Amino acid sequence: MKVVVAVFPGTNCEIDTKYAFEKIGCEVKLVFHKEDKLPVDTDLVVLPGGFSYGDYLRSAAIAKFSPIMNTVVEFANKGGKVLGICNGFQMLLEAKLLPGAMKRNQNTHFISKYQHLKVINNNNVFLRKLKIGDILNIPIAHGEGNYFINDDKVKNLYDSEQVLLEYCDKNGEEENPNGSVNSIACICNKNKNICGLMPHPERAIEKLLGSSDGVKMIEGFLK
Amino acid sequence: MKIVINIQLKEGVLDPQGKAVHHALLALQFNEVQDARIGKQIILHVEDGEKDKILKRVKNMCENLLANTVIETYTIDIED
Repeated sequence: MKVVVAVFPGTNCEIDTKYAFEKIGCEVKLVFHKEDKLPVDTDLVVLPGGFSYGDYLRSAAIAKFSPIMNTVVEFANKGGKVLGICNGFQMLLEAKLLPGAMKRNQNTHFISKYQHLKVINNNNVFLRKLKIGDILNIPIAHGEGNYFINDDKVKNLYDSEQVLLEYCDKNGEEENPNGSVNSIACICNKNKNICGLMPHPERAIEKLLGSSDGVKMIEGFLK
Repeated sequence: MKIVINIQLKEGVLDPQGKAVHHALLALQFNEVQDARIGKQIILHVEDGEKDKILKRVKNMCENLLANTVIETYTIDIED
């Protein structure tokens, strides 16, 4: 499988992301934000974490106008698979490929820690290797991860199986680290080819380093 | 021409920064403060021209980049 990891000024998770996808046998290419073309046989585009353009104005507000993003939007609208992690998730929201917006964490702190997550839906390419109700332990690291969507749209998200993960405690009980609506940590679009999440699966790839739960997630993309 | 754009979180959208500032003010005994909300101000200097035209273009700027209309509202003031 051919994976493209887009790199913006201020991105800092591209090497971890490359490592993670290479670990599961993918061919990974880093593509700079000034490029306006993706390699022809790209299977998956990953927008990695970091602080693109220094988070100026709002997280990911400026990244959405990079040349590569036009191409990514086109690729996504044609059904191409796109995964946005952390700052990448914020880009997908800013580019309106996913619904909602990010606010500053409820406690105003930057949160960097391991966080348990519960699988809410696995009827998608991203989490199909996992079961509904599975509990994962994956690092989060963000200042603006407080997911917001209007009350009237939340139900739609659940009804159309677009909510993939919620934050929880180690027993799967309610725990909300950042104030997100319904503790939502990961969503996808209606067509289920675009997925965004705040946790960092690429930082949970080696058991020796704490957790390998991220492997089960990204393996869903394998053909 | 000077354009002043004020961006605020929509009413009903919780403002964690504003809340923290409110608490800090109360801790300093400014007990009369009932609420605090934090926004952004962006000042643009643009070429002089027809007011309506400029307003239309600045509105476009707000919708496309300067504000995230899912959670924010904005006001535009043109100062000659």
